[in-house]
Amino acid sequence: MSKTTQPGAASKRRTKAIAPAPPAVAPARARAALSIRAVRHEDLDAVIEMDAMVTGIHKRDYWNSLYRRYAEAVATGHHFLVATADDEVIGFVIGEVRDWEFGSQPCGWVFAIDVRPDARLMGAATQLLQGICQRFRRAGVSKVRTLLARENTLILSFFRSQGMMISPFIPLEMDLEP
Amino acid sequence: MKLQQNTRLALFSLLEFAADPQRQIPAAEIAQKYDVSSHHLAKVLAELSRVGMVQSVRGVGGGYRFIGNARRLTLMDVISRFEDVLPVEGNHSEATPVGQALASVLSEIDAIAKASMSSITLETMLRIVERQQAGSAAPAAKKSKPAKN
Repeated sequence: MSKTTQPGAASKRRTKAIAPAPPAVAPARARAALSIRAVRHEDLDAVIEMDAMVTGIHKRDYWNSLYRRYAEAVATGHHFLVATADDEVIGFVIGEVRDWEFGSQPCGWVFAIDVRPDARLMGAATQLLQGICQRFRRAGVSKVRTLLARENTLILSFFRSQGMMISPFIPLEMDLEP
Repeated sequence: MKLQQNTRLALFSLLEFAADPQRQIPAAEIAQKYDVSSHHLAKVLAELSRVGMVQSVRGVGGGYRFIGNARRLTLMDVISRFEDVLPVEGNHSEATPVGQALASVLSEIDAIAKASMSSITLETMLRIVERQQAGSAAPAAKKSKPAKN
């Protein structure tokens, strides 16, 4: 799985290509009890490594900045959660509640979700999504959205399997002439 | 996106089989449910059997059963077996600026349709069916609930 695209004018990051899906066989890791919790500073190395495994780029500054904006700002509706198995970080999800953007009622946005390739098919992404949706619900919103590249069929399939449908919004873009 | 009848029949059949993969469902049952000729359906089922999505079981109590992976098989996997999903070849009118502009807008629509079809698995479809059934059952149950005195 991979990052989705963050909404809002400030976020022009393109969705990164994701690693190919592992075959439909038992996961490489033995099934361990999964736990979902808020990220801690000591989890960042594992998160950065996981992101680099999928995208091929180590972005420590970027992740430190995300940590400051999301992990330390839960009160503002920002959430950065990790999935752990045997006390090891195997996945993460990041999202936030945004109010009245694009003329929409306040809703939750998921803009990054990832699970280590060797820990997939254990239900970690499902639990991460459920975890962040639960926090969105507590914040009083009843809708969750995400945005991703249409060629990203693996993660599209994941969100579809969770019940997400095409939203009434259409993303638009254009090239800016120099 | 308008699907041809064979494609629709293939999707209806696969979803019926995948909903109950242990059961062997006679073709006649599907034909009756969707009001189509058994002869027409047989051709579709033969193709699904040939590509290994269903298995035909002969004899008394025979029929077809799903043998694919419902978590992996997408709507596009099925559709592409029955119709051409590549962009339609351009014609002379697309050499004009208006033709090119129209082709570009139509290709946007195709791309979105393909992305949707490629991301929805049979298992996801079955969940959508369940949700719709639950959604339509809820108002009915509410309606039939006796009013409080």
